Amino acid sequence: DIDDAGHTYHLEFVLEDLNDQGSTVNCTAEVLYHLGNRNAPPDVQFTVEGELKSSDEADHQFYNQIKSLKEELVAENIPDSHGNVPPALVPVHLLAWAAAGYVIWQNSTEDTELHLAQIKRVEQVKRSDEYLEFDYVILLHDVVSQ
Amino acid sequence: DQVLHIVPETSEQVQHLQHLCSALLLDLWKPWLPEDIQAGEDLHIRVPAPLVQEVKDSLDQHMVSYKVLIPDVQELVVQSMAGERSSQRQVPEDYIYTQYHPMEEIYQWMTEIQNSNRELVTQHYLGTTVENRPMYYLQISQPSDKTKKIIWMDCGIHAREWISPAFCQWFVKEILQNYKSDQKISRFLQNWDLYVLPVLNVDGYIYSWENDRLWRKNRSPHMSGSCYGTDLNRNFNSSWGTIGVSYNCSSQIFCGSGPESEPETRAVAQFIETKKSDILCYLTIHSYGQYILTPYGSTTTPPSNNEELMHVAEKAAAALMGKYGTSYQVGSTSLILYSNSGSSRDWAHMTGIPFSYTFELRDNGTHGFVLPPDQIQPTCEETM
Repeated sequence: DIDDAGHTYHLEFVLEDLNDQGSTVNCTAEVLYHLGNRNAPPDVQFTVEGELKSSDEADHQFYNQIKSLKEELVAENIPDSHGNVPPALVPVHLLAWAAAGYVIWQNSTEDTELHLAQIKRVEQVKRSDEYLEFDYVILLHDVVSQ
Repeated sequence: DQVLHIVPETSEQVQHLQHLCSALLLDLWKPWLPEDIQAGEDLHIRVPAPLVQEVKDSLDQHMVSYKVLIPDVQELVVQSMAGERSSQRQVPEDYIYTQYHPMEEIYQWMTEIQNSNRELVTQHYLGTTVENRPMYYLQISQPSDKTKKIIWMDCGIHAREWISPAFCQWFVKEILQNYKSDQKISRFLQNWDLYVLPVLNVDGYIYSWENDRLWRKNRSPHMSGSCYGTDLNRNFNSSWGTIGVSYNCSSQIFCGSGPESEPETRAVAQFIETKKSDILCYLTIHSYGQYILTPYGSTTTPPSNNEELMHVAEKAAAALMGKYGTSYQVGSTSLILYSNSGSSRDWAHMTGIPFSYTFELRDNGTHGFVLPPDQIQPTCEETM
């Protein structure tokens, strides 16, 4: 409890590299949930012990894969009802996961526990420059309110 | 096997028939339960071949008149299957437990499980859902001269938690495949009867297959059909409607119009109520989160046997972790998860069942409800 400020949580956890399972990195973080402004997202400070592995190679592969498509990518229900993700869509899923992390952070309070449940739909947005743009509709599940 | 048609005339006859059905574990085709046998009403019983003479003798002795409705059940079955060879479903040996199955296939699986394990398994009707579908449970009971205490397990109270019914099916399969060879299981069955309800929320489960994978509640209509579904795990009569619920139908935790307002809730509650003095353990299987939860959700006041409840749960969690390293948290819902009232587990304990637990299976949120099928086996193995 931090008087006049809110509640701070001190966390110690382990990050696992999704592209190289077994490769882990220790992390610590401080999360402050504000007392006053319940609409403000919690403050997060974190440190990573050592270095996070570079994902450049996987990023490049994904970029080239999407660039080479004849039409803009469209997909629905990732994972599908049975929990399966077609291998080609795994990076699309991972990207959503990272983005969902941001959305979850911005919408978290001490009374929520949010997880990405499913990507309902993803549509690649046509662009004239070299950037890739994706429009996602995602479902977030809050354990507390269900 | 023969099917006998009897119309009991007096209450003595009714009592004798009820006793006969219970004692010999006869298969009641009409009505479903011995307690529903009434004087003046049709009674259809299927009698296994080795018991036919004994049953007829007993009926004669008590001056109960009967007709043979079906002289040879097997012949009838063979006949009816002759035209259906091509669409014949999988025999239990072919049933793939590492896949999720739709309700139709689970119904068929139950029938086949009973048929191929007659000495141990009987399928029983529990009640009907909102959309008029039958709820069935499997009774795994080794014939014995002593009455055994009961362990009850239900799965699929929440539609989207697919790993839960998958676990119930796996569990039954494991017991039946190994009870002759596995000493632990055979000793277990000598002392306990297992009652397993593979899918409690049948309508919701079907809805999650056909319409909305993340549906949770049942399918009862509210507000003239503009809103659907009561959260069955907020609908039991345990501090109903007090905390951790919504009174709004559009919420995922809508507790219903009153305690036990839903037919699914009533079906389970009524059955457990009648058997409660014999039920030692009530288990209800959910996902996700990896928890073994003890009473209560509606209050932080611990149950009277909290120490024992926690001790057993901790041993279970340790055994579970021993398999694949999966860690489960143990504790009362109101302390380690969130507050909620009207849960089946709370109700079971308040009704007098000493060991009452909610299992929240894998995972921790990575896949959540949409757990990939390659995790069915490890999840079930460790939970077993």
